[in-house]
Amino acid sequence: MTAEEIYKSLSAKFGEAIVESKLDAPQPFLVLDPKRMKEVSLFLRDDEALQFDFCSCVSGVDYNNGKLGAIYHLASMVHKHKIVLKAFCTRENPHIQSVATVWGGADWHEREAYDLLGIIFDEHPDLRRILLPYDWEGYPLRKDYKVPEFYNGMKVPY
Amino acid sequence: MGLLDQRFENSNVLVTSLEGLLNWARLSSLWQMQFGLACCAIEMMAASASNFDMMRFGVIPRATPRQTDVMIVSGTVTLKMASRIKRLYDQMAEPRYVISMGSCSNCGGPYWEHGYHVLKGVDRVIPVDVYVPGCPPRPEALLEGLMKLQEKVRKESLVKKTA
Amino acid sequence: MLTEFGKVLLFLIVGAMFVAGGLIASWILRPNRPYPAKLSSYECGEEPVGNAWVRFNVRFYVIALIFLIFDVEVVFLFPWALVYRQLGLFAFLEMAVFLTILLIGLAYVWVKGDLDWDKPVPQIPKIERDRPAYKQQTPAEPVAV
Repeated sequence: MTAEEIYKSLSAKFGEAIVESKLDAPQPFLVLDPKRMKEVSLFLRDDEALQFDFCSCVSGVDYNNGKLGAIYHLASMVHKHKIVLKAFCTRENPHIQSVATVWGGADWHEREAYDLLGIIFDEHPDLRRILLPYDWEGYPLRKDYKVPEFYNGMKVPY
Repeated sequence: MGLLDQRFENSNVLVTSLEGLLNWARLSSLWQMQFGLACCAIEMMAASASNFDMMRFGVIPRATPRQTDVMIVSGTVTLKMASRIKRLYDQMAEPRYVISMGSCSNCGGPYWEHGYHVLKGVDRVIPVDVYVPGCPPRPEALLEGLMKLQEKVRKESLVKKTA
Repeated sequence: MLTEFGKVLLFLIVGAMFVAGGLIASWILRPNRPYPAKLSSYECGEEPVGNAWVRFNVRFYVIALIFLIFDVEVVFLFPWALVYRQLGLFAFLEMAVFLTILLIGLAYVWVKGDLDWDKPVPQIPKIERDRPAYKQQTPAEPVAV
């Protein structure tokens, strides 16, 4: 299925959950409402014609104007088509609904986005830091991050 | 304190002979604590393998700190790992030595400028005896570092250190 | 000069001296500087969590018990075997009775299944997912790579 057909079948069911779309980009993407990620994802995974059963990557982005985002790359092993979903949130209210129970691959990727950017995924089964130590303060990959002077008695900067 | 450890006030021929024997025994069988963290671990494995063969120096890798003499810290030391390194160094039995292998454990390496999670040099948590530079150092460089450590062990003394 | 038992005693003493000599020599020569961090339990660098005493499974107890019983039986066989020549047929029959009683015990243990080793069943953790048991469609014709 092409990106237009995917967009058509999605917007027929969830018209208002799709905020924006860009289907002529090299990787066509759809921007979704961060509060309704799960039901759209369940439809994407379970519908016979779409069957996006593989979430290959979840990336977090800091757009440097107060906006944070999570980008989901989905693929279908059965139909061999791909799509990109995006969900945006602000730095003051960094909440996106989690899709970890829909695709198993999204579990650790969302934990990484939380660990490094501070995007809180609601209803994630086990949201905690995955790369940094558990008592680390701050989210390093944000553009306004300052390296701490000391961590547990060890000097951090050179 | 053991019965003979650092008990002597001044040295005589018996003490120096005993020191010579003990130091020779210790440097010929420096059992290492296998502590490969990152890429330098590959070079450490290559140094233990057949072409460069660290075992002919008496260096056997042991998994537990209780049975080892030397900890070769090879690879990037993150802040998360640093507390474990400190604890493992504390659990090693005397006499114990540390070889810091590669740039990352000498001084933070390529992560010195932007690495928020990297400890800039393992000597910020444990005392290091020999630094082996390189990124990663060739196995021959690690063997030279090991021989320098053997020189240091040869000069150890049972005489109590006065100021 | 020495009896046979005396030679065994000498052997034991020399063996003990070897062991003790090595331990005493190393106690004299090694440094001993304990402090609390050094004496803590080893747990691959982490803070030790939980008890070091692990609960053994009861199957080991069963095996040890059965072994003990039959090992004691074998211990009784040894002195009997040494003086068997002098004692003759009567000793043979008496030992046969003893062994038969124990053989009945072995048969009972065998039939009851106490000699079977139960393999531990690995527990695969269950993770909750919204996954329906959906059928996999056969894919379309293969895509040329």
